[in-house]
Amino acid sequence: MTSTVLKGGRILDQTGERSGDVVVDDEAGLIVEVGPDASADRTLDASGCLITPGFVDLHVHLRQPGNEAAETIESGSRAAARGGFTAIVAMPNTTPCMDDPAVINEVIEFGRTALCTIKPSAAISLGRDGEQLAPMGELAALGVRMFTDDGTGVQDDLFMRRALEYAGSLSTDDGVPIVLSQHCEVTALSQGGVMHEGEWSSRLGLGGQPSEAEELMVMRDIALARLTNVRVHFQHLSTAGSVAMVRAAKAGGLPVTAEATPHHFSLTDACCADYDANFKVHPPLRTQADVEAIKQGLRDGTIDAIATDHAPHTPDTKERPFDQAPPGMLGLETAMAMAMAELDLDLAALLPMLSWQPAAIGGLGDRHGRPVEVGNAANLAVVDPDHRWTVSGADMASKSINTPFEGRELTGRVRHTIHDGEVVVEDGEATR
Amino acid sequence: MRDLLSIDELDATELTNLLDLAENFAAVQKRDVPKVPALRGKTIVLAFFEDSTRTRTSFDLAARRLSADVVNFSASASSLTKGESLRDTVETISAMGIDAIVVRHRSSGAPHQVAKWTEAAVINAGDGWHQHPTQALLDSYTIREHFGDIGGKHIALCGDIAHSRVARSNAQAFATLGAQVTLVAPRTLLPSSLDGWPVQVADRLDDIIGDLDVAYMLRIQNERIGDARFPSVREYRTLYGLTVERAKRLRPDALIMHPGPMNRGVEIDPEVADDPRSVVLDQVSAGIPVRMAVLFSAVGPGQFEGEAA
Repeated sequence: MTSTVLKGGRILDQTGERSGDVVVDDEAGLIVEVGPDASADRTLDASGCLITPGFVDLHVHLRQPGNEAAETIESGSRAAARGGFTAIVAMPNTTPCMDDPAVINEVIEFGRTALCTIKPSAAISLGRDGEQLAPMGELAALGVRMFTDDGTGVQDDLFMRRALEYAGSLSTDDGVPIVLSQHCEVTALSQGGVMHEGEWSSRLGLGGQPSEAEELMVMRDIALARLTNVRVHFQHLSTAGSVAMVRAAKAGGLPVTAEATPHHFSLTDACCADYDANFKVHPPLRTQADVEAIKQGLRDGTIDAIATDHAPHTPDTKERPFDQAPPGMLGLETAMAMAMAELDLDLAALLPMLSWQPAAIGGLGDRHGRPVEVGNAANLAVVDPDHRWTVSGADMASKSINTPFEGRELTGRVRHTIHDGEVVVEDGEATR
Repeated sequence: MRDLLSIDELDATELTNLLDLAENFAAVQKRDVPKVPALRGKTIVLAFFEDSTRTRTSFDLAARRLSADVVNFSASASSLTKGESLRDTVETISAMGIDAIVVRHRSSGAPHQVAKWTEAAVINAGDGWHQHPTQALLDSYTIREHFGDIGGKHIALCGDIAHSRVARSNAQAFATLGAQVTLVAPRTLLPSSLDGWPVQVADRLDDIIGDLDVAYMLRIQNERIGDARFPSVREYRTLYGLTVERAKRLRPDALIMHPGPMNRGVEIDPEVADDPRSVVLDQVSAGIPVRMAVLFSAVGPGQFEGEAA
């Protein structure tokens, strides 16, 4: 057993801000002491830093199994840890697809030695093709709490209704309800589109995806949440119209939640002007008006969680012509600093969206996003809010380098990350 | 060493200078030996990742008439079919020591990417729906040859604007040279946004046909029917085609243009294609001096000395 004290920092969590040292124990995985002048086997300097509950990302592509050249569960977890995340939800669009207990078990097994908690999600439909339900009950028994066909949305209205009804009838041993998480995109409207449809796609001669391709599915799923009274989580909202609809649905008391990505609250379709496929992503980067609406949605509570949609791709695939390149961008190691840079919110206001709200949505609230108090699981981020650094894909822990923020100067970095009592990041670097 | 990736890189003076240079090269064409040593010792690669007999032949002849060494490279015969990436292909070709690479690619933006990976001058010979700058130049050249000036002329681009690199580059070139440009197409064949485009839009060709100096017809593709872009060839021809009836309302001194290959009986009636006002073959002829001018500007020694060269 090794105990570690985080010394000289201030604690910031849902109960407020206060000074205090925090001692964690790597065997029990718990916070064992909070108070002044604490000591332990080893000491990590937290001076000038804020000690916060670890972050939780509801949307990460780890590429394992199937595309280990782009990312592995281990490398992705290392990137997550460097970003301050202590738990991440793995998306099921792997090869083979995470629609089967054997694949889920494989991911869980690989996740045991990861640098953060790997919570697998699973597909709603077998093969994510929207035709037959995945064995949601069996998968829930393995711990899956979020189901999604992410990468594509469930196109058929009746299929989605049945999926919600079935999910709503499943009970879980921890009492955490199942949530269906939707990638909102009506493919009949978006097909052939490789960026946002508008001024830039017209000028660049690239096929466009209209905002309405997303908004129609948001609208439908709000209606289905009303019909079934089963929770729907909206992934990566990207349009002003989507934000407005989710806001109205919440005001009407419907069981919906939503996430937004750092790239959708910071970048626009104009980024595609040089045909750099590092800016290709689904849903696509949209207009400045959409960016402003996403920011407002995050500030006013319409959007519950900042999620990265971390999507590693190897350099050779991102060097294909724009229309041929795969969509997606890295996000884990830049999320917190981008939120600090773009949202005009202090860390205290960002933490709910980075930590306990996504923890609750993803069924991770028992060990993540907890107040920094004795007896709680030791999943913590130690944030240096003043540290200035420059984004470099080559310096990232991810196996891929496809960050859209290359060269950007940011303020705010995770100095240390504690996962289940283990120091997994020390002075900004992964410990293993 | 200078790239030509998009026509909007050129202002009116630069466009005019290129057209003037092309006129000099056109004079060369009329000689017994239509060839100058201007690019002797230069190597130009024609990298056509998408097939195009017309444009490739035109670039090939243009380069040879400047005495350049020409290497033809086609995707079907290349390592691309063995899975080599565009970047590896470009870097491999570049490592052989070349001066210019002429790129045709089905993906919009591919020539921009190629330009990042090579020191050679990159000439865009057509990319996806995006740009076809030498087409815009040869069309501008053709109009100038007939009217003396493009400024003030009313030019209609009619047809599938949304999927047309010719429309994108020509609208910009014509407008930069002072023409009034009108797009004519059903909404289904227009880009979703025309913000920043120096054009007007007309729903009906009939509304403007009598006012036109140039009726520029674009090739329509049958597969757009399955895409619900228009109901039938017959209806398209009726509403948007340059029919014999419509051509009668076109001014006697107006020009009929088409980038080819033509769908006779669809966007243009067969009789109209052969109308005395049709300059379709002049456009093809103009391709060679215009591409000579582009290649010379890209990798030549500077000023073209005309007869002295």
